[in-house]
Amino acid sequence: MAIHKGRGFACINYPIGMNLGGDPAQALVHSTPDGKFMVALSAIDLGQGMKSVTRQIASETLGVPVEDVYVDTADSDTGPHDMGSFASRGTHRVGNAVIRASAEARKQMLEAAAEELEVNASDLDTDGKGNIHVKGAPSRSITVADTAMAAQFKQGRTLAGRGIFLIPPSDADAETGEMTPVTCFAHAALVIDLEVDDETGDVEVKEINSAYEVGRALNPKLVEQQLIGGAWMGVSHALYETTEPQYPKRDHGPQDFNTYLMPGPGQIVPHNIAVLERPAEDAPFGGKGPGEMCANPVLPAVANAIYNAVGIRCDRLPITPEKILRGLRANGGARPQQVR
Amino acid sequence: MSSTEFRKDLFADERDDTLKEIGKPTIRQDILGHVTGRTKYFDDHLFDGLLHMRAVRSPHHHARIRRIDTEAAARMPGVRRVVTAKDVPVNLNTLLSLINFGRDDEPLCAHDKVRFLGETVAWIIADTEREARDAVAQVRVDYEPLPHVLDVEEALKPDAPVVNEVYPNNTFDYHGKYDHQKLRFGDVNAAFARADHVIEAEYQMSPIEQAPIETCGAIAAPEQNGRFVCHTNTQALFFSLGTTAKLLDTPSSRLHFIGGTAGGGFGGKVDSIVEPTAVLGAMLTGRPVKFAWDRYEEMQVGAPRGGERWRIKDGVMRDGTIIAREFTGFFDSGAYMRLSPYAIIKGTGHLPGPYSIPNVASNVYCVVANRTPATAMRGFGITAVDFSIECHMDRVAEAVGMNPIELRILNAYRDGDMKAHRRKAKNTALIECCQVAAGKAGWSISADAMAQSSLRGGGLGERGAIPETATDEEGRIGERRAGRTRDTAPSRQPTGRVPAGHAGQAVTAAPVQNPDMEIEIERIGHRIAAQQGAAPAPRAPQPPAGQPTPPRAAPPAAAPQSSYAPPPSPQATAPTYQQPPAPTPPPAPTPPTPPAASEPYKPEQPFSRGVNRPGTSRFLSGTRRR
Amino acid sequence: MARTPLTFTLNDAETGVFVVPGSNLLDVLRRGAGDLTPKQGCAQGTCGSCTVLIDGVPHLSCLTLAETVEGRRIDTTGGLAGGPDLHPLQQAVMEGFAAQCGFCTAGMLMAAKALLDRTPNPTRDEVIEAISGNLCRCTGYEPIVDAILTASARMQGRTA
Repeated sequence: MAIHKGRGFACINYPIGMNLGGDPAQALVHSTPDGKFMVALSAIDLGQGMKSVTRQIASETLGVPVEDVYVDTADSDTGPHDMGSFASRGTHRVGNAVIRASAEARKQMLEAAAEELEVNASDLDTDGKGNIHVKGAPSRSITVADTAMAAQFKQGRTLAGRGIFLIPPSDADAETGEMTPVTCFAHAALVIDLEVDDETGDVEVKEINSAYEVGRALNPKLVEQQLIGGAWMGVSHALYETTEPQYPKRDHGPQDFNTYLMPGPGQIVPHNIAVLERPAEDAPFGGKGPGEMCANPVLPAVANAIYNAVGIRCDRLPITPEKILRGLRANGGARPQQVR
Repeated sequence: MSSTEFRKDLFADERDDTLKEIGKPTIRQDILGHVTGRTKYFDDHLFDGLLHMRAVRSPHHHARIRRIDTEAAARMPGVRRVVTAKDVPVNLNTLLSLINFGRDDEPLCAHDKVRFLGETVAWIIADTEREARDAVAQVRVDYEPLPHVLDVEEALKPDAPVVNEVYPNNTFDYHGKYDHQKLRFGDVNAAFARADHVIEAEYQMSPIEQAPIETCGAIAAPEQNGRFVCHTNTQALFFSLGTTAKLLDTPSSRLHFIGGTAGGGFGGKVDSIVEPTAVLGAMLTGRPVKFAWDRYEEMQVGAPRGGERWRIKDGVMRDGTIIAREFTGFFDSGAYMRLSPYAIIKGTGHLPGPYSIPNVASNVYCVVANRTPATAMRGFGITAVDFSIECHMDRVAEAVGMNPIELRILNAYRDGDMKAHRRKAKNTALIECCQVAAGKAGWSISADAMAQSSLRGGGLGERGAIPETATDEEGRIGERRAGRTRDTAPSRQPTGRVPAGHAGQAVTAAPVQNPDMEIEIERIGHRIAAQQGAAPAPRAPQPPAGQPTPPRAAPPAAAPQSSYAPPPSPQATAPTYQQPPAPTPPPAPTPPTPPAASEPYKPEQPFSRGVNRPGTSRFLSGTRRR
Repeated sequence: MARTPLTFTLNDAETGVFVVPGSNLLDVLRRGAGDLTPKQGCAQGTCGSCTVLIDGVPHLSCLTLAETVEGRRIDTTGGLAGGPDLHPLQQAVMEGFAAQCGFCTAGMLMAAKALLDRTPNPTRDEVIEAISGNLCRCTGYEPIVDAILTASARMQGRTA
């Protein structure tokens, strides 16, 4: 009886946004009288950071400090239509809508500032710190707050913008499957190191080394949250989770967290991540949604590592100790493969 | 301890890293609410006189409902209302009817028969949750159990029980023609015949629970002006609103949905069941009503990530080049369709994975069985097939005796390669991910594999071309039920040919509504493709093997790519966002809109937001109408 | 239904409510006392989102009979911050990006507070054990463990 080390690899790509398009997102942006900006959406933040990333996108596009932007979502009376938070569409679709709404609001803001400074709007730029200045002449400037006050109370102008982003709907061909599924893809590759106990069938994942290509890390910490948490879920899917342990029979399905298994804080796997950024042309600042794809490569990499450790092909998820022990029995014991 | 590094050296020439806010680790907007406990989830809205709604659920996989006796339940303490199917104004829907996909196939509450264990047959609304539960136990339902089918391939047999009469063949009808979605690219059978190895295997993923810590739920309450407010943790606010309006036959303007903050979702909160149920309860009682799943319901009644079965057959040459790949896939949709048939099209568009393979075929079936309906989960439509593909890649590597990472780099797709769905690959980065991950793990790969690049070698010759394609018409709707078709794999005897080079236009984003909505080109932060839709410029051919240049050491020679530089004239090279200046104006709203002035808002005929009225669904089959 | 009076100290405030006998503490705190910070994730005592401190000891409020807290002291995340200033645990979770959806956070903070109150310098394993009754589906736990260690260090005047 022994512990066998194994190493496995997998790589994937992932489509960003709803397949075949037809999933619009809208955004509305307006300024308060003192130059703070409200972004109204109907997007959902389920932990992935929708409110935060759209806030940063609005801040960047408007050219104002992020503290001066607040995202309000989702109230169907005030937030314009959005399809929802699924299919890795939030960053791509809603982010683009926010860019468009913020771009329009910025244009109004620069025109209002131009009137106050008596210059052309096209000669103005923002410093991202709450000031609007003449390009090349930072001293000729006005604050965003003063601009908003002037626009509202002197010029009778709104600093507001609307945005919609849509990939028009298309269809798949019945005969060949030809289609335009999405417009960009994220990528990932990872290496799993694990140990298999051939007496208990227990698998312990020891380390993950990964590379994720996300277009652009719009907020590196939010990306890291997704990648760490997503890989955890991938390990969980690979080794523990199912609602039907005797699938397709429905017997003995877990009914609570005592019987639905997931790794706990005592099973944290060190995960060394490299983030690659190859911006996608139609994505907001090039950023692709990392939230879904992060779990996918973990499942096959775990299976491949188990084969490397003990010579059992685990083709049915989840890979429970029972399946490993049955495989070992069928094989007459562990058959460690080439050390990688 | 984990670590994260940002490889800013890679693709640096395609990015402007001097943005002011983008790329900054700004603290989350919602975090202060989270750490103080002040974040308001749906259940954190207090209502006086809140009632609690619980469902009576089927104990059978498949049974006819002969009679429902609710009298004893109605007399239980605290019970305010017993609700059954006849209280649901429009008791048939499919989630994607909001985008005209699929037929209405699912009642909110079963009436004629139950099709899966746990299906709703009635509800109790009571003063407390405990009273509602006690009354649920008093509802007597007289069932006539029917033969059931649980396995996806059993369900495809001619004598399998009909699970859902709307889809009598136990499969989704694709394009009004086939019982599966086809993908055909090249001729896999001819390629298998000349391959050095043919490698086959079957993979299975069992259903998986999304398991957000907060279960699905909603609180609905009468609001002023005859409207209803609904606090929900839906992942898709307007899906839930539109579905509620349709099922309850009420104008969407009477519904005020508030959400946006969910305690996790992972795909499990898109099904829009709790919202119409809670609003129905509020309408019937005139009181605030909470309807939320308990943990058991979340695990076994709420839709999981459905099971999937995939068979893969690869034709491989001795050097590791994969020349053909064939898939047969079965999605376990459960008793109702919901999102599964759509996810199959997504999965089909994903095949054959991130690789350039000249011959690809697949048949994917969306199968109805007496099981809990499946729905979205993180990676929907892709997770299981990626598991299958990547396990299969290791089988192939073993068969040809190759390092598994080198095998993937050899077959990886690159910029300009033609994908099996007949669109060119762009913005690829698989090879670089493989190289970096191998490097981090200290797993050595050959100098040649290290020298490869996603930017080079793609789209050359056959890699960028669409081959002549073998087609067939097997698997027409109903043939399987009639016993005329058995095989589920792509045909061995193609009957048609699609000429080489046949492809339609790629679809890109609709242009901005007006120029003011366009972000200035120099502020986009990345190099813009100069020509949309055009083939990427051919790259210099690969350096000879054995010349171990790291992939980034030799950037492409072409000047525009060498560093980030805004194009000199914004007018000359518009970003993809705004171009093309559409040859035709954007499609007008479907029905001719009457002038606003002639049609003032009428309170008795309120407006509707994206809702199909009952009986007017334009869709007949899986083909999406525009 | 008959109700009985119940008094306890909730985050330093004397609190009195009327409860239906047999009610669980979670419902009484949320709907009776109006403290919405403990969350219901399972109502089965398996997820830990409803964790509160009773006389300083972490309890699953969904499994606690309300009547048993008569005259006792209850602490929730609602009282964790001292006025406008965040507790070091809250600060560390915020800066460490140790919450995503935030639903488990309040319970997690209570479990962590109980640990640091009795063990100001916990080891990593002690932190793991202290939160092992609290489920999180988003983060993979590592940022939470790190944040608790960071808070401990700051409270002791160390750098983590």
